[in-house]
Amino acid sequence: VGKSKVDEEVLDELEEILISSDVGVETTVKIIRRIEDRVARDKFMSTSELDSILREEIAVLLSENKSADVSGDFETPLGVKPYVIMVVGVNGVGKTTTIGKLAAQYHKAGKKVVLGAGDTFRAAAVDQLKLWGERVGVPVIDHGMNTDPASVAYDAVKQGTETGADVVIVDTAGRLHTKVNLMNELAKIKRVMQKFSAEAPHEVLLVLDGSTGQNAFIQAQEFTKATEVTALAITKLDGTAKGGVVIGISDQFKIPVKYIGVGERIEDLQVFSKQTFVESLFKK
Amino acid sequence: MFDNLQDKLNKAIRTLKGSGKITDVNVASTVKEIRRALTDADVNFKVAKDITDQIREEAIGQKIMIAVEPGQMLVKIVHDKLTELMGGQAESVNLKGSPAIVLIAGLQGSGKTTFTGKLAHNIKKQGRQVIVAACDIYRPAAIAQLQTLGEQIGVEVYAEPDNKNAVEIARNAVEYAKKNSKNVVIIDTAGRLAIDEAMMQEVENVKKAIEPTETLFVVDSMTGQDAVNTAKTFNDRLNFDGVVLTKLDGDSRGGAALSIRQVVSKPIKYMSTGEKMEDLDIFYPDRMASRILGM
Ligand SMILES: Nc1nc2c(ncn2[C@@H]2O[C@H](COP(=O)(O)OP(=O)(O)OP(=O)(O)O)[C@@H](O)[C@H]2O)c(=O)[nH]1
Ligand SMILES: Nc1nc2c(ncn2[C@@H]2O[C@H](COP(=O)(O)OP(=O)(O)OP(=O)(O)O)[C@@H](O)[C@H]2O)c(=O)[nH]1
Ligand SMILES: [K+]
Ligand SMILES: [Mg+2]
Ligand SMILES: [Mg+2]
Repeated sequence: VGKSKVDEEVLDELEEILISSDVGVETTVKIIRRIEDRVARDKFMSTSELDSILREEIAVLLSENKSADVSGDFETPLGVKPYVIMVVGVNGVGKTTTIGKLAAQYHKAGKKVVLGAGDTFRAAAVDQLKLWGERVGVPVIDHGMNTDPASVAYDAVKQGTETGADVVIVDTAGRLHTKVNLMNELAKIKRVMQKFSAEAPHEVLLVLDGSTGQNAFIQAQEFTKATEVTALAITKLDGTAKGGVVIGISDQFKIPVKYIGVGERIEDLQVFSKQTFVESLFKK
Repeated sequence: MFDNLQDKLNKAIRTLKGSGKITDVNVASTVKEIRRALTDADVNFKVAKDITDQIREEAIGQKIMIAVEPGQMLVKIVHDKLTELMGGQAESVNLKGSPAIVLIAGLQGSGKTTFTGKLAHNIKKQGRQVIVAACDIYRPAAIAQLQTLGEQIGVEVYAEPDNKNAVEIARNAVEYAKKNSKNVVIIDTAGRLAIDEAMMQEVENVKKAIEPTETLFVVDSMTGQDAVNTAKTFNDRLNFDGVVLTKLDGDSRGGAALSIRQVVSKPIKYMSTGEKMEDLDIFYPDRMASRILGM
């Protein structure tokens, strides 16, 4: 602060900001190296130049994936009918809530939505999704608790198809990626859905908690292995956590961040904006 | 990770010349490696800095026997330090009083409701009369969730589905426990962000109204750098007695445990290690230190 030239001290300060935002040592070092290279090349760089270069570098790391820009809004036709979204992630990150919010957005945009209560394990998970369904005014397919989640998913896709739905969103139970059986179960849910509709799910949305630290990286890696994740949602960014770990995730796995969760209310879902995200990293 | 750190430290030390003693100069690069390893394990940046500064002081002047793996020796110094900082001994919860009142608080999705069930299950097994109270009036099906767990463990759930006042429900739950001569009442509350003033005020009011014997802050072991902000604010508002660390059945490194301990000086009392009601353990600082270092 107050400096006009990029020196060691400025870079140390930068390192502190990035690490404190959960960006992680590896990605932080990567970003700082790039800045150092540019300083070496351009000889002199003012701190205000640094600022804009930094934003550029981070934006580059946040993967460029065109599909994200196309389907980010809720009005654009989805190309297939029904467009099936399977939502996965570790325990308590905000999957069910995100489904409720997504359903609300699609519904508001005039799309017909069907939800599948595929978490048949966690206490009252089906009730929770059904309440979201009521709130939004969309049907929820459920087989009750302790039933086969794959069969719920199948029925949701079937029902969605038969009733001419635009979007089917399937909830799954939270699971830690270290639990092999549970990860295999996800693959099975996918396979069973494909018996009805070969291309389903068209989207596998991995939900990450914005306050999670470096473990989010391993989550992205393992869920991708099990289910070929196609998009990310980062929740709980209404708090003081910055969610910086997604910069490295998006860089390494080339999975676009599509949505961010900014609260518990039905309207608290936003389409991800790189620019806003980067700004928020540097906001005190 | 552990091998990684040990290798890096070995390398940093092997490049030294001279006495084989750790000196001010040669310790700098090793300290940097240690700091990075800690932040990689989600220890807060500032906390990691403080700790490595302390380690630097302690390491300087110590004989490093190049022959017996200097990296190993340094890692041991770090491990012992982390163990000491996390409190050395395990501490239990205070269940004195009639009834003993336990208040549970924390961020959204951290594992409060599940822990409420686990603690009740554990207390019941000790032969005490315990009830749990559903004071989350916001989350869809929060009451049903606690009721499902209550049924599983055979513990009564106090709930008022039509009451939208968490303070009142908590107070009534305690009254109910007194009248029915229960030994322990555990109060589950809604998840809340530390910066949500109205919600923080609510839980503060709950605490004032029921004067719990024990207030526990539940935190997800996967939490990153922000753990310190959250813990600090919850502690400022609630002056909690202990911390519960959840989801340790995964592979998170759990650096948040160390950060929180450093910032609020409150003991970590329980570890939650799964979704089942049996998956509860007391906290072992030395195991946590090994985990953070990836040992
Ligand atoms: N502040 C905040 N809270 C959120 C957000 N998204 C979800 N939550 C809260 O986080 C908690 C967990 O949300 P759920 O939707 O139940 O999470 P989940 O991933 O379905 O959980 P499991 O099914 O148990 O694995 C709830 O209290 C939600 O209200 C968000 O963007 N901001
Ligand atoms: N693997 C694992 N999952 C856990 C553990 N503790 C809780 N969970 C899961 O984490 C998710 C959230 O747990 P809850 O008990 O609903 O969390 P909460 O803090 O009450 O959530 P809110 O009331 O929404 O703030 C659920 O899926 C639980 O089953 C644990 O130790 N290990
Ligand atoms: K934020
Ligand atoms: Mg859920
Ligand atoms: Mg709860």
